[in-house]
Amino acid sequence: MFAAENGLRGDPRLQGISKAIRVVPDFPIPGIMFQDITTLLLDHKAFKDTVDIFVDRYRDMGISVVAGIEARGFVFGPSIALAIGAKFVPLRKPNKLPGEVISEAYVLEYGTDRLEMHVGAIEPGERALVIDDLVATGGTLSAAVRLLERMGAEVVECACVVGLPEVRVRLVVASSLLHLCKMALGLKLLLLLDKSSQFHITGTTQT
Amino acid sequence: MSAYKDKDARINGIKDQIRVVPNFPKPGIMFQDITTLLLKPKEFKDTIDMFVERYKGKNISVVAGIEARGFIFGPPIALAIGAKFVPLRKPKKLPGKVISEEYILEYGRDCLEMHVGAVESAERALVVDDLIATGGTLCAAINLLERVGAEVVECACVIELPDLKGRERLNGKPLYVLVESH
Repeated sequence: MFAAENGLRGDPRLQGISKAIRVVPDFPIPGIMFQDITTLLLDHKAFKDTVDIFVDRYRDMGISVVAGIEARGFVFGPSIALAIGAKFVPLRKPNKLPGEVISEAYVLEYGTDRLEMHVGAIEPGERALVIDDLVATGGTLSAAVRLLERMGAEVVECACVVGLPEVRVRLVVASSLLHLCKMALGLKLLLLLDKSSQFHITGTTQT
Repeated sequence: MSAYKDKDARINGIKDQIRVVPNFPKPGIMFQDITTLLLKPKEFKDTIDMFVERYKGKNISVVAGIEARGFIFGPPIALAIGAKFVPLRKPKKLPGKVISEEYILEYGRDCLEMHVGAVESAERALVVDDLIATGGTLCAAINLLERVGAEVVECACVIELPDLKGRERLNGKPLYVLVESH
């Protein structure tokens, strides 16, 4: 779901936001064009517009939880949470959260990583939003959604500032096919299933 | 300065929401966990409001937040006072050209980085983190900003551990906190 597809086409704020994001070639490794949102944070108007667009969308949806993915999700999530009256829940790399946690693995290009959430941070039935700065493969977002659903929350939407357009996206999910379809459809991607446990998604997304 | 001494009515509510977790990250440490504060919209908003009330209208153009919990408090303050937000990060996280400041830990060293060009000379800056303990990280943050010619107006933290005397390690910069924990 790109903002342009949700009735925000022509919103003058989107252009300013897009212009404020810097692309850094060959970071962290050669061949990657890194979408650097730190330049957006230097532009007060564009940063405020970014938060305002999310707040306008989510304020009347009965959302009580904004979960932000460490660390750039922490930059956007709390302001949205404060504006819509929701709690903010940080989803963190292993061994950062001090209390009892639940943990969810996700696959990287080489190896795996884990995302953790405090037990008791959310209650069953809460309506939740997941925030990160960017979605690429969707692996981290998928892990975040699984964490929230394991605690009984309903994930209303995943929200990111940037979704990478026109990339070959490999979405590797250890969870249900239904969940994958929900994610894939939510991201408006074409889904090609192969027979292994890896799902390859190819296609362009509308910008 | 601490708001605790000013006896603002919101302080007790904020302090009550901070959870202490014993023996984290290692035995003997009583860890001040602000994640429970973030679960309470009113008290979280009060926290931000107290900083915003103090810094609005003071011509501060930069709020620098220390990774990662400084990223939670810094941006809402920056947005409310009309300032830019500058993340200060662990090594190799920032993609562009950086300057780097080393600091001493109890065992070993660590490093804080800032993007070149994020802050201009003579800008007035605030440094934000959730907590000040020994002051080592805040000191590194002050150094980064001063190296590019910024004026650090104040350091702002939710919690201070006064027994660790971090306040004395800030190159003479003032420190403002909401809550003290002994």
